[in-house]
Order: sequence, then C-alpha cells, then structure tokens
Amino acid sequence: MVEVPEYLLKRAKEARERLERESSGQEPAASAAPAASSQQPPTPAVVSPAPGTPAGAASGSGKIPPHLLDRSRSAADRQAMPPAAAPPPAPPAAPPPAGITPTGPGGHTQRLLTVVKSGSIQDVKAKPSDKVHVWPHLLLVEFVAALLVTAFLLVFSIFVNAPLLELANVNETPNPSKAPWYFLGLQELLTMFHPMVAGVTIPGIALFLLILTPYIDRNKENAPEKRKFAVSLMTIHLMFWAVLVIIGSFFRGPGFNFIFPWQAGLFFDF
Amino acid sequence: MPPKIPTTKDLKQLGGRVKGSQAWNSIFRPGSIFRKGYTDSPRNRSYVIMNSVLYHLHPVKVRRHGVRVSYTLCLGGLSFFLFILLTITGIFLMFFYRPTAVQAWDDIYIMQTEVAFGLLVRNIHRWGAHLMVLTVFLHMARVFYHGAYKPPREFNWVVGVILLTLTLLLSFTGYLLPWDQLALWAVTVGTNMMGFTPVFGDQVRFVLLSGPEIGTDTLLRWYVLHVLMLPFVLIIFLAVHFWRVRKDGGISGPL
Repeated sequence: MVEVPEYLLKRAKEARERLERESSGQEPAASAAPAASSQQPPTPAVVSPAPGTPAGAASGSGKIPPHLLDRSRSAADRQAMPPAAAPPPAPPAAPPPAGITPTGPGGHTQRLLTVVKSGSIQDVKAKPSDKVHVWPHLLLVEFVAALLVTAFLLVFSIFVNAPLLELANVNETPNPSKAPWYFLGLQELLTMFHPMVAGVTIPGIALFLLILTPYIDRNKENAPEKRKFAVSLMTIHLMFWAVLVIIGSFFRGPGFNFIFPWQAGLFFDF
Repeated sequence: MPPKIPTTKDLKQLGGRVKGSQAWNSIFRPGSIFRKGYTDSPRNRSYVIMNSVLYHLHPVKVRRHGVRVSYTLCLGGLSFFLFILLTITGIFLMFFYRPTAVQAWDDIYIMQTEVAFGLLVRNIHRWGAHLMVLTVFLHMARVFYHGAYKPPREFNWVVGVILLTLTLLLSFTGYLLPWDQLALWAVTVGTNMMGFTPVFGDQVRFVLLSGPEIGTDTLLRWYVLHVLMLPFVLIIFLAVHFWRVRKDGGISGPL
C-alpha cells in the first residue's frame, strides 16, 4: 500500500471544496469519486485529459484497472460498429464544452489512466560501482608497459643477434632437426607415439578441449579456491606442455636422443 | 635589410591562427584537447578518450580492479602492442626481401650487413615474435586462472583460442622465410607432422608446401600467408575480441 503524500491530499481536498462552492450539486458523480483518490499512488505516469469519465481513479496495484480495460474494449466495439448505431452505454455523454469545465473526480481536468511503478520499465536504481577514468589511470599503465617492452626488446636485440645459419640445403639434414620451440612439445610426443597420434590427434584434441572449456566448465565461481579441480587440471595441462617443450629444446641432442645440456652442450636455435 | 626575427607575440598569433583554421578544426573534434587545451578535470579526462580514436579501444571509465597491473599483468595489451611492433618492423623487412629460394637468404644477409639498422630491425622482429607467442600464451593462462572465460565471456574465450592459433601460425610461417638450414628443417619437421593428418594427410601437406617437397613455391606461399593473409585474419578476430571485451562488461573480476 503506497502512502499518498500529504500535500497531494491537501490539494485534492482544496479542489474538491472549491468545486463544491462553485457548482453545488451539479455533478453527483464527482462527489462519489474522491474516496478513491486516497488510493492514488505518488507517481501518476500516464495522464490524459478527462472527457467526463466515471470513477477515474486507478487502484494502486500497478496493473491496468479492470474498468479501464472494459472501457477500451467498448470503445473498440464502438469503432467496429457503424456510426448510425446507438451510442454504447458505457461512456456517459456530455463531453466538456468549449470552456473547460472541471469534470474529474477532484475537479481536475485530467485523470489518472494507469500507474507505472518505478522500476517496471527502467531500472532507476544505479548500482554503485567503483570506476576510474581510463585516462590517465589505464593509459598510463599501458604506455609504461609498452615502453618497457620496447626498451627490453631494443636492448636485447642490440646484444643478441637472430640466428641466420648457412643457406638452406635439402641434401644436408642437420642433426638434430628441430621444429620451432613451441612445437617441440609435439616433436617430443613423436618419440613416444605414432606420428598421427602425436602430431595430429593429441594437439587436435587439446585445441578442441581448449575451445570448449567455457562450455564444459559449468562452475559459476571465479575464485581459485572454489574451482580447485579446474585450476589443477589446467595447471597440469600447462605444465605437461612446458615440460615437454623444455625437454625437447634442451635435453635432446643428435638423433633426438636424450642428453644433458651441461654435458653434451646445447642443440637449440631460437 | 635584415630579416625580421619573429617575436613570441608573432608566434602566439600564428598559433592562434592555425588553431582557428578550418583545417585544424576539421582534424580535431569539438572537445578535443588539441582544440581547447587540457586542464585536469573529470570532464577533460573523459574527452581525452571520447574525442580520439582510442574510443575504439577503451571506454571512458573502467572498473578499478581492471587497471591494477597485478591483475592483468598487461599481457593482453602487450600482445597487441607486440603485434603492432611486429607489423612495423615487418614492413621494414619487406623492403629488402624477395621470397625466392635463390634470393631470400642473400637478401637477409645483405640486409644484416649493408642496410642501416637492418640487423637491429630483424633482431627486434625475431625476438618480438617469440615474445608475442609467450605473452599470448601467458595471457590465456591468466584468463583461465581468473575464470574469465565464464558467462558471459565464453565466446570471447573461443575467439582468444583462435587468436592463439593464428599467432602460432604467424610465427611458424615466418620461421621459414630466412631460408637457412634452421628454417628449412624446422619447417620440414613441422609439416611432416601435419602430413599425418588422417585421410587427407598428403593433400594437407601438398597445400601447405605448394608441392610435394619444400621449395621456392613453398617460400612464396608462406610469405603471402605471413605478411598478408594471416595478419588480415588476425586483425579481424582482434577487432571482435576487443569489441566483445567491452560488450561483455569489461574485463572480468575482481576475484
């Protein structure tokens, strides 16, 4: 039940009294209506001029009151009927003459059609959120990060040259022949499985599972302590590849045989 | 008569005339800091983003935890930055490189020895590429450990995996281009593996190598893939990736 603000009640009462003073007893319907006005919620959102309607007040439920529905239905019926037909009984006659006479329940010239509760159409409650401006807070961080990486790459590139071995020669296979480092995990698998399994099936399944991750993991939680299984699984998965890549890079010598880099030296080009 | 030395007043006048010109105002949008100067205020902070091309990339405001370096480690942004760096250095390299078996190696050798900054730019391109593979990979790990792939960000994770694959392919196609022993045999090993694809392994290998064996045709094919096709596809997925980050409500978290 919505509380009607004091000032609205007061205004309605004043209007009622004034109306009674001006035209005493001319409109019996108007005097019956005010009882309903005490039910008026504070936010009348849809208001239209009142061409003499009975009981114009809405109930505060927020739904369209039944008598309004009835009226709109009868209006639709009237439109469907030929104009010569008798006027429908529902709307009372006497639309307001040229000079506007107050006909509403409280003597007003408008009436309440329906009430739209706040929040039913728009969410007016702004959720508080802790936000900061991208400039300068984020852009500065990004700029510094980019600068640091550029500086690092520049210095690294001044001191370490990219490899350029002798011209490619199809007839001279280097020993060992190694794939780029990020594929060395796969090459390492080649020593254990049939090439179709190591080179296609396992990486294919891994990639497929990676893509499907969000659709497989139905856990809604984000915090690591509430998704221990997923975190462990991923860690094992990442470690699996990392170990394979490291072994393939540094622990494989001529003939792709296992070596220790501190004994046999490095067989790895970047 | 000695030439008149412009005074500070003259320069100010000139500056004012330039800033009032139609050309200047057509370049910088109303509210741009290049029109009306910058004094630190919340409104101007918003204008910096809203009136520049950065608005494509960033909203005006982000949630506070998102700017913490310890949260993102800047990995996604750095991957993108490395991509830009690689594009710039790559364009430089393209000026001095011809993708044929006869010329490729010589071109790179000459670039390293005779072209100004040739060696340095090639080094940056090479190490930057390796670094990008690393940052993209770490970015994926970071996103996973934050559970950032969960609704509503599932699809952006998928796009991210595609971007990871494209990054690997870009790196791999670039690996062949120096046409030295390292490139030739690394790619031989790699493509032999793909040749074991079930059912149409031979066809896959043939398409990749542009023939039954690695040769000058392979070089051209991988060159075009490396400098044109894969970057093109990557940029499209990047655009979708960045757009979805914002549409899905910014980066995830806080934990």
